Amino acid sequence: MKMPEPDAATIARRGEIAADLRGILPAGSVIADEPRRRVYESDGLTAYRQPPLVVALPGNTAEVSAVLRYCHREGIKIVPRGAGTSLSGGALPLADGITLGLGKLNRILDIDYANRCVVAQAGVTNLAITKAVEGEGFYYAPDPSSQIACTIGGNVAENSGGVHCLKYGLTTNNVLGVEVVLMDGEVVRLGGKHFDAGGYDLLGVLTGSEGLLGVVTEVTVRILPRPTQVKAMMIGFPSSEQAGDCVAAVIAAGIIPAGMEMMDRPAIHAAEAFVHAGYPLDVEALLIVELDGPEVEIDDLVTRIDRIAATCGAATCQISRTDAERLAFWAGRKAAFPAVGRISPDYYCMDGTIPRGRLPEVLHRMKDLSAKYDLKVANVFHAGDGNLHPLILYDANKPGELHRAESFGNDILLACVEVGGVLTGEHGVGVEKRDLMPAMFTDTDLDHQMRLKCAFDPGQLLNPGKVFPQLRRCAELGRMHIHGGAMPFPDLPRF
Amino acid sequence: MAVLQPTDMAGLAEAIASARDSLEIVGHGSKRRLGRPVQAAATLSTAGLTGISLYEPAELVLGAGAGTPLAEIEAALAAQGQQLAFEPPDYGALLGATGPQTLGGVIACNLSGPRRIQAGAARDHLLGFRAVSGRGEIFKSGGRVVKNVTGYDLSKLMAGSYGTLAVLAEATVKVLPRPETACTVMVHGVDAVAAIEVMRSALASPHDVSGAAWLPGRIGNFGSDAFVALRLEGTEPSVAFRAAALRESLKATNVASGEASTTLWKFVRDAAAFAGDHDRIVWRMSVPPAAAAAVAGLPDAEYFLDWSGGLVWLAVPATQAAESAKLLRHLTARHGGHATLVRAPDDVRASLDVFEPLPPALATLSQRVKHSFDPRGILNPGRMYREF
Repeated sequence: MKMPEPDAATIARRGEIAADLRGILPAGSVIADEPRRRVYESDGLTAYRQPPLVVALPGNTAEVSAVLRYCHREGIKIVPRGAGTSLSGGALPLADGITLGLGKLNRILDIDYANRCVVAQAGVTNLAITKAVEGEGFYYAPDPSSQIACTIGGNVAENSGGVHCLKYGLTTNNVLGVEVVLMDGEVVRLGGKHFDAGGYDLLGVLTGSEGLLGVVTEVTVRILPRPTQVKAMMIGFPSSEQAGDCVAAVIAAGIIPAGMEMMDRPAIHAAEAFVHAGYPLDVEALLIVELDGPEVEIDDLVTRIDRIAATCGAATCQISRTDAERLAFWAGRKAAFPAVGRISPDYYCMDGTIPRGRLPEVLHRMKDLSAKYDLKVANVFHAGDGNLHPLILYDANKPGELHRAESFGNDILLACVEVGGVLTGEHGVGVEKRDLMPAMFTDTDLDHQMRLKCAFDPGQLLNPGKVFPQLRRCAELGRMHIHGGAMPFPDLPRF
Repeated sequence: MAVLQPTDMAGLAEAIASARDSLEIVGHGSKRRLGRPVQAAATLSTAGLTGISLYEPAELVLGAGAGTPLAEIEAALAAQGQQLAFEPPDYGALLGATGPQTLGGVIACNLSGPRRIQAGAARDHLLGFRAVSGRGEIFKSGGRVVKNVTGYDLSKLMAGSYGTLAVLAEATVKVLPRPETACTVMVHGVDAVAAIEVMRSALASPHDVSGAAWLPGRIGNFGSDAFVALRLEGTEPSVAFRAAALRESLKATNVASGEASTTLWKFVRDAAAFAGDHDRIVWRMSVPPAAAAAVAGLPDAEYFLDWSGGLVWLAVPATQAAESAKLLRHLTARHGGHATLVRAPDDVRASLDVFEPLPPALATLSQRVKHSFDPRGILNPGRMYREF
């Protein structure tokens, strides 16, 4: 993975920059020594490592603003970081850039039941929000698998999903407002406790911008009342085609379950060996369907889905009788990544989305690719919304295997795009999928995105080297193409 | 005035690239009176960019030309038992406009109805689009799948930008099953303050309320008593169970179903209470729900509440336009939220801030965003803000 050429002059100024930051921040908030910088060298995508220039750990919005203003003035790059759980290298440090850790901003500022929202600092974990309101019967809906560790600020940066977004939406659909520090140190508020921020939806575009547009310091999220009942169905199929048909038939019947997850045979076996969830081992695909609502509604839907599954050729069907049993159904799915980690020295987790109906075709292509690259693959799949997580098994200690795994992964993602899907459903582009962007976007598409970046950060100091395959200067991007030999209406005022 | 009406994407791009002066962007003009009046040399209509190009019910996705009449899309969805869950309103009668509204118009203005509280706004349902920016260049963003974080989410930026950044040519939206049944639980004889508490309590319950409104007595044909309306949607057994539970816990006075329920929510959705009376100007305020009573108590104002109090509709005498603007913006500054002048004569909308004025740092940033898409400032100049 090629990163922008680090600036040797900035690296040479490490000591001076650390001293400047110590002047801005309270004691103990700046890390410049090699062993402690190394702690920050990677995020959840451990294949790439780079110790940062310096680590700054501000404790409040004013300190974040002061650091950004300093970087802006001095022309120093900066990489924001929450808990470092990104699976796409979104928080991968730069040799000539400051890593800005937001972990100290860890307080919940306001729990407002009258307006059904919570205001939290960026470093509060996703799960801590639910924990803070569950006593009153509320929860925060988006639930990425890393929710015990990942921060709400990072969720906003990545527009994180989870297993329940089919019914309850992604982060972007559940955030009402943010406080954000712009690259020049300016602090602005977007949205609040009301719906639909007025003016351009800068909140919407900031969500999922992977730390390239601003640093989120505070987030207002909406909270929902807990459903009365939750039940899960575990349905086994002799083929993934039949499982796919079942998913389509459930939706065609007008049912939107709270969650609908699929696992293929290798994933089922790895998960069962790890957590002993009681998964059937003689099926090719396993579907977990979660339903929530009043008991009468769930019982009615369970009956309907059971009938649909039978029509689609289901081999087994179990319905959770207790909450413990429901959690057991989920235990295997939720532990799928570590379970695969047990059967292979390393694995590489992919994240494409496809139109659901193309699943069998994409799985067949994956089987062929698996043979071609001589690497095994296990699949977990947010079946309801078409988000695939192929886990490619490899051994980094065997020469060439990492490279083969990456090529295999790239081919899978290109197949996703080819059938009408996208490169990343919830993990982000980061550095990982950066160079594949042209498979989905033309130069003109990317130029429009990069110009938006320029509107926020003309010096391109915030998290550079991520998302976009090539860095282009803002002045060059801003140039108008001359139409018909002359600048159109030259007398119009220009900003 | 010249009207350009391209019939394909290339024609749209050519129309914008070769424009010698500013353009007012319209579909069929149903929302021309929304926003500040645009002074432009020519009109660019998307009415020729029509047709549903993609509809896969099992994938919950539909794509169509921006100029496709919304009615055509809703009919196609209804035939498959589906709908646009954000419940796009029809402000035709409110604004005194004729002409069908288009998919592109509803998205460009980010309009959504009572189900906003449960299903999200238009911006939450736009999966992807193709558009032509003020540079005259065709670009796309997003895709046809719900789970997608590939690149910036420009769909959010397009929704609610009133055609000032780019002209939508095609939009791909998420569609959802139409609920099997619906009913409305009503609590009569409550003033706005009590209503906010009733709605809060209903939305804190697990009964999945998909509409929460308060209407004062004597508007529409709903009797002389003020009342709270709470909509429940879903399968037959579920709706019956939840209606009984809410009726019990809120001491409800009535449950409406079928046509009566549908008519009520259409009335709320379209702000039909204020259609016709053109001696009054109409404000639409998005506020924290608990602040609704505080912001709505304006002298001489008629008002009703939607979104569980989060949306306040106010009608005030046209003679008090400037005073109401000052007062309401004072209230949004204090309680949060924003106020939009939805209906007023052209001269009033030209002289007042139709949209909530932005703080200086956000105004500068928004202006830079506008400039990045439309450096010549030719698309709907002045439609949202006087300065850009």
